[in-house]
Parts: sequence; C-alpha cells; structure tokens
Amino acid sequence: MDNERIEAAAARRARVGRTLTYLFLVIWALIVLFPFYWMVLSSIKSYGAYNSEYIPQFYTLSPTLRNYVDAFTTVSLGRYFLNTAIFTVLTTALMLMVTVLAAFAFSRLEFRGKDLVFTLFLALMMIPGELVVITNFQTITNAGLRNSFTGLILPSVTSVFYIYLLKENFEQIPDELYRAAKVDGSTDFRYLTRVMIPICRPTIITVTILKVIECWNSYVWPRLITDDARYFLVSNGIQEIRENGFGRENIPAMMAAVVVISVPLIVLFLIFRKKIMAGVSRGGTKG
Amino acid sequence: MKVVLEHLTKRFPSRNKKDKSEVVAVNDMSFEIPDGKLVGLLGPSGCGKSTALNLICGLETPTEGKIFFGDDDVTKLPPERRGVGLVFQNYALYPHLTVRQNILFPLQNLRGEAKLSKEVMEEKVLEAAKLVQIEQLLERKPSEMSGGQQQRVAIARALVKMPRVLLLDEPLSNLDARLRLQTREEIRRIQRETGVTTVFVTHDQEEAMSISDVIVVMKDGVLQQTGKPQEVYNDPGNLFVAKFLGTPPINVFDGSVRSGTLFVGEDAVMKVEGVADGPYTVGIRPEAFRVRDDGPLRCALETVEVMGRDTTIVSTHPAMQGVSIRSVISAEYAEGVSGGEVRFYLKTAKVHLFDPASGERVRFASAEAL
Amino acid sequence: MNNKSFKGWLYLLPAILFLGAFMVYPLVDVFVYSFEEGYNSASQSYFGTGVYNYAYVLRDGYFLQALKNTFLLVIITVPLSTGLALLISLALNSIKKLRELFQTIYFLPYVTNTLAVGLVFMILFKKTAYTDGLVNLVIAFFGGSSVDFIDGPYWAKMFVLCFYTVWVVLPFKILILTSALASVRQDFYNAARLDATPKWRVFTRITLPMISPQLFYLIITGFIGAFKAYSDAVAIFGTDLNAAGMNTIVGYVYDMLYGNSGGWPSYASAAAIILFAIVLTITCINLLVSRKHVYYV
Repeated sequence: MDNERIEAAAARRARVGRTLTYLFLVIWALIVLFPFYWMVLSSIKSYGAYNSEYIPQFYTLSPTLRNYVDAFTTVSLGRYFLNTAIFTVLTTALMLMVTVLAAFAFSRLEFRGKDLVFTLFLALMMIPGELVVITNFQTITNAGLRNSFTGLILPSVTSVFYIYLLKENFEQIPDELYRAAKVDGSTDFRYLTRVMIPICRPTIITVTILKVIECWNSYVWPRLITDDARYFLVSNGIQEIRENGFGRENIPAMMAAVVVISVPLIVLFLIFRKKIMAGVSRGGTKG
Repeated sequence: MKVVLEHLTKRFPSRNKKDKSEVVAVNDMSFEIPDGKLVGLLGPSGCGKSTALNLICGLETPTEGKIFFGDDDVTKLPPERRGVGLVFQNYALYPHLTVRQNILFPLQNLRGEAKLSKEVMEEKVLEAAKLVQIEQLLERKPSEMSGGQQQRVAIARALVKMPRVLLLDEPLSNLDARLRLQTREEIRRIQRETGVTTVFVTHDQEEAMSISDVIVVMKDGVLQQTGKPQEVYNDPGNLFVAKFLGTPPINVFDGSVRSGTLFVGEDAVMKVEGVADGPYTVGIRPEAFRVRDDGPLRCALETVEVMGRDTTIVSTHPAMQGVSIRSVISAEYAEGVSGGEVRFYLKTAKVHLFDPASGERVRFASAEAL
Repeated sequence: MNNKSFKGWLYLLPAILFLGAFMVYPLVDVFVYSFEEGYNSASQSYFGTGVYNYAYVLRDGYFLQALKNTFLLVIITVPLSTGLALLISLALNSIKKLRELFQTIYFLPYVTNTLAVGLVFMILFKKTAYTDGLVNLVIAFFGGSSVDFIDGPYWAKMFVLCFYTVWVVLPFKILILTSALASVRQDFYNAARLDATPKWRVFTRITLPMISPQLFYLIITGFIGAFKAYSDAVAIFGTDLNAAGMNTIVGYVYDMLYGNSGGWPSYASAAAIILFAIVLTITCINLLVSRKHVYYV
C-alpha cells in the first residue's frame, strides 16, 4: 500500500539520520576526552618507557605511580596546591561578604544616590580586566605587596557581575517578608542573615562555585604579581614546571602534575554537575 | 470529511522508569464523527481527550486500532500528510513573524503540483483573515495582539490550507470569561461558514454543550457516551456523565426501590415500574424540584438565592451525597419558602436511577410523581 | 545625612572600596599612563605627554605580529566554534538516550585548567628527538609528511592555537545553545510539522529566529573573548610568545608590563587601550547588524 511505503521510507531515513547523529556526537566526545586519557596514560608510564616509544602506545602494561611521587618531591607541587587552596578560599570568602552586603544594600535598603551608584556599577561590568591590570600591577608593586597573599587576593575580590546576579535574586523575595520581620523587631542585618541568605542559597552556591573555578584556574594576575616560586599558584606552577621543572624531557612527571591539578575541579564538577551547568548558563563566561 | 475511530488504544510507558506498567491514555475507543459537524471532545483533565486529539492529527500513533478519514486509512500516515489543521491551546503562533507571515507559512510549504503562485497565496491569506475578521491586523506581531485576536490568527493559519479536519485543543482556556462567550460563538460561525469537520477538546461542559453538534464524553481513557448535547444531558448513560454535565450539577442521593416505590432516604418520592427492588443511587436535576407544602421530599432549608428570573434553593437532606442540594425554581413559586423545612415533589423525567456499585444507569419503564 | 542613608552606604562600603581601588582608579590611570611618553617603571620618569606611546606601539613589529595573530585567531575561531557548537547542540537536542552523558563530557574542558591541559595538547602536537608526536604519526599514517606544530611553520602553529581555542570555548557555547534549543516550545515544531514544513525550512524559519538572541550573545562574547586570547597561547607555546611569533595583543600588554621585556607600563597602557577600542568597535558593529537579524521576545 502507498501509505505503508511512505512510512517505511521515512523510518529508514530516520534510522540513518539517527546513526549519523550519534556517530558525530561520539567523534566529538572522543576529541574532548582524548587529551584527558592521554594525560592520565602518560602519567603512569615510566620515564624510560615513555621515551623509548617512538610510536606512542595507547596503553601501558606496567603502570607506575613513580611520576606522582616525583611531581610532589622534585618540584613543589604540594606548595602550589596549598597556595591555590588558600588563595581560592580567602578570595571567595571575601568576595561573598562584599557581594552579599552590596547586593543587600541595592535590593533592600533605601538611601540617597542608590540609583546613580547602581548605574555606575553596571557600567563597570563593561570594563575589560585587561585595562585595569596595568595600574593594579603598579599599585601592588609600589605598595611592596608582590609575592604576598594580600597582593594576590585583593584585586581578585571584586565581581560586579555577581553583585548584580545576587541583587536580582534578592529582589525576588516578596516585600511582605521584610515587613513581617520588621514588625517582629528584627534588625536589617538579622533579616539578611536569617531570611535572605537562606532563601537565596542556590544562587549563592552558584556564585561560590563559579568563583572557585575562576580562582583555581587564574593565571594572568598571579603570574604578574609573583616571581617567587613559594607563592606560585598551580597555573604558574605548571608553567614553571614546564620551563624549569623536571628538565624539559620528563613528560610523564609533567603529566602527573597536570593530572593532580585537574582532578579537584573535575571531581567538584562531577559532584555539582547540575548546579555548575545551570550556574554557568545563567552567568558565566570562561575565566 | 467523516472521521472514524475504530477500537483506538494508546498506551504510554510509565513515567517512573522502574515501574514497568503502562499508562493507558485511550482505551478501546470507537466512534464516528459525521461529515461537516462540530464535535466537542469532553472530559475532566487527564481523561485522555488530548491524546485522542493527538491521535487524530497524527502527532501520536495508536498502539492499537485504526483511524479513517472518509474511506482513507490514515492510521500510519505521518501528520504532515493527513491534511489536518490544529489550533494549539496556547496558539503556537510564531512570535517573530507577522500575522500575514504566520498565515502564509503553511502555504509556502506546498511543493510540486500543489505549489501556489504568490498572488494566489496572498488571496488565500486575505480570505482566511476575512473569515476570522482580522484583515486589518495583518502587519502586527502576535505579541501586539490580545488573546482573542491571537486565537483568530491561529484558526486562520489552521484553515488557510483547507484542511480535511480542523482540530482545536482547549481553544478557549486562555481567554477571559467575556471573550470566551464571544469566541465560542465565533468558532461556531466559522465552522458553519466553512463546513469543515471540526473536533475540539475541552474540559468545560458548558462550552461543549453550547456549541457542539455532537459531544463525546470521556473518562480515564474510556468513552462514556456520545450524542447531541441535549440528548446526553437528558438521558445520561451513567452517573459520571450525569454528574459531569449541567450547571448547577445534578443532586445525588442514596435511595432504594421497594415494591414499586422509589425512596430517597425514608421519603417515598415516586412510583416506578420496571425496576427491581434494591438500593439505588438517585440523581435529581436541579430543575426537577417543585415546591409544594405537602411534597414528599422533605429537606432542611439553608438559604434562598434569588437571581432574577430563577431562584436557587439550597437545602440539605439526610440521604444526600455531597454538602447540599441545589434546586432551581421559577421565582414566583419560591416566594412562600422560608424557615425550617422545605418540601418538594419531583418531575419524573429529570430523575435518574443508577446502580450504586457500577454507576450504570438503570432505566424505568414508567414513573409517576407522588 | 540621615541614619537610613548612612546604613545603606555602610553596607556598600566594602564593595565601593574594592571597586574604587582596583577598577575605577586604574581605569582613569591607564589613560594617564598611555599619554605619559616613555614612562619607565625603573626610573619612574617620563619625558613628555602626548600620543608618542600609541605611535610607538603601532610601529612595534611585535605588536603588529600580535595584532595579526589575534585577528586571525578571531576570524577563524569565532565562526568555527559557534557553528560547531550549533551543530553539536542540534545533534544533542535530537537524541534522548545518552544525552546527559554527552552533555557532561562536552562540558569537561570548561572546568579544566587551561594551562594544564594546554601542555597535553603541546605534547600531542610536538616533535621531539624521541618521537614525532601522536598527531604527526597519524598524519604519516595517512601518507602525509610530518610537521612541527609547536616550533614549525606559522600556519601549523596557528592551527594548533585555533584548535585548542575552539576546544576550550566550545563547552560554554554548547551549554548555552542546548538550553536555548530546549526552550523552544514543542508546539512550534508540532505546528510546523502539521503544515508539512520541510526540515531546512523549520531550521531557518523557526529554530534560528527563536535562538537568535542566544546565538547573537555567543557571537558578541565570542568576539570579545577571542580578542583577549592569551592563556591558550601561553599554554601551548610557553611564556615567551614573542620568540614563538605567536603573541597576542593581551600577551603584548603583559610582556610590556612585566618579565624580560617589561617595565614599560605606558606602552602597555597604549596597547591595552587600542585593544579596547578595537573590541568596542567590533561590538558596536555586531549590535548594529543584530538589530536586523535578531528577534527579541
């Protein structure tokens, strides 16, 4: 029957289309995953084995953890790690305090000049970081804060965008709650900590995660402001390792370092996958 | 174009993945939609009426059963080859296109022999726009129009390609009360003018009753009853249909028949013939009540709501199901009613008996009021 | 000032202090620097005010090289990554099985350290005394001749840089486009289907206009991001980008500021302002073009 032939042809076309779609998706997934596979693989090959393979093997039969030991002993990877952790925690905490207070002022408090200041804040969102880095570099250098956590952290704290994001979220809380709290004799600050922050927890978590990713991967500012390896963060550490670390040829050890640096964020991502992806699509760009 | 559904069944896999059981949205449904009629597919939400609509237009394929348009078996035909026009619940007008472009859209898809010249297309767009009376709005975007106007555009877009069947999914649900009355008249008029076989889905019995040639009542995926609105109302096949149709709804009582007399509670209200003795569920339409000082049905008066021509008497009875009895009486007969007790006699044609277990209608041969 | 106003400003104070010191003041200062001719960090002196810094930068071979690299990078990667992201998102949107798995995999590069993974790319593409590198072996397998992608010809180096850039920026674009596509109401597709709309026409007349705001957002941020490229290049070619001939404008700014060739904040400022002017111009052109082609709800 005519209708059935049409039906069969359509089904065949759909099947071919679906197969091609999956093929395309799988190929790109492999392109994305391959570097990760390669870095893990290379990191468990012994130095000798790696360098003797003119044609690299796609597997190894004698995996070793030797390179990971090297990564932590030969260069100060542990130190870089600790620095990054300190930098990330302090910067994020400071950013949260500043951001929450400012967002609260913009969303809940009435004061003269509020609209003007908010407009100025918005205007600042358009300013690329590259423009202000030059002066910040001079400021921190002149203040003698190079190679210090203060110098690393202070200019990294501000995020106009997060203030904006949080303010929008705070404003969605109905006015009635504020009035109810006022009637109950609650202070503004108490209202902020007991009502607004708990209600907006999802957004605050999103902002925190985005900032942590940003801090963990930050490279330019730490590079400008530190030349003492004791203050290097992982990004600078990896550059240092590449140029002076194990000697340029010890690639397995280098890959071990790369794995160690990459793992924390990937674990964080796999745990908070939904939250991170939702947060990034709401307000993230790379870096 | 006549539309015939034959033993149509649609099963969906359960949403809960662990649960292997299936959800039956439409269960063994058969009925025939006569050519050129306006049919209201009616039922509470979740009764499978939208699934039935999707089966007719082809967006869903049936698990079992067949669909015919005229003599054509279209069961396996993809929707784009069925020649149906569908008006979506929220209209689905393309927001980035003007009204003209929206109505033009289906025509531009025609290929091969069916391909139309620009002039013909323009003509058809204008014709459709005139039919729904929006010809002065052609250059607007959907967002610049009211809900009622968007509705008309959606109908014009569905009609412009001369569909064999027009389907409307809850066409009035997004309109406010005043527009709803106006638009349903409008749909009736457009359907009459074009003569296209039309099916519309609704959960609002008043809407369906007021404009349909035929209504189809569904519940839990099962067809309950079809027929002309008034026939279904006057002669419901089961308790569900009786309860679902009519405003205010039918009053339901626990009753029984003992040697040819129908009792509501302990009140003997009617003589009935041709029914076995036993317990029954008794449905009494609001308009069946007549006030009489020595009427057999003794109710406790709650309030009297006077609304111009008619009066609603709200009362209670020990055997009733639900919270109160609403009876609609001509104002003149209700004047004497006040205080304590109110007594009614009943118009027998508006009293229906149902099997208390299955809810099926039990018809009596003849009856006489007491 | 009344008590209420005081409280508002008090809550804002930390933000204002931080922003004032590290954004507003530097913003003014960078313009001042850019007009102080030949300011030198070491001597803290300059020899006049004027546009000499701009003239110097615009004649500097390294800057011109950086300008060329950056423009090439922008022209290649922005259309390529946006188009590829659109293709991938369309494919993702058309499947049900394994969709979440693919989405998770595709997002991975977003959460990895650019510098760290760049090293892996370098190793895959680099020729050393021990091995030609995996990519070259693949090329050889298909009968091509090997190329040093890291220290070799310009086009090869540009290829690696573009490839890595696309790899890094795709997750964000795929994420945005997938959710944009998912938010187009199924009704529109059903309506089009009932009208027997051909697939390509559904795509150009319904899908594209519906996601045009997000697509346009990605193009704008894509341009801005690509113009500010730096870390990706460092990740692959090391910190001495001038020597590799692969410097970018931002890289030039930092090199002027710091490192072996550093100590010249006024040149850096001039270069940064030139970059800012370019980005601003391109963004304005984008906005003008979009007026015609983007549909906003």
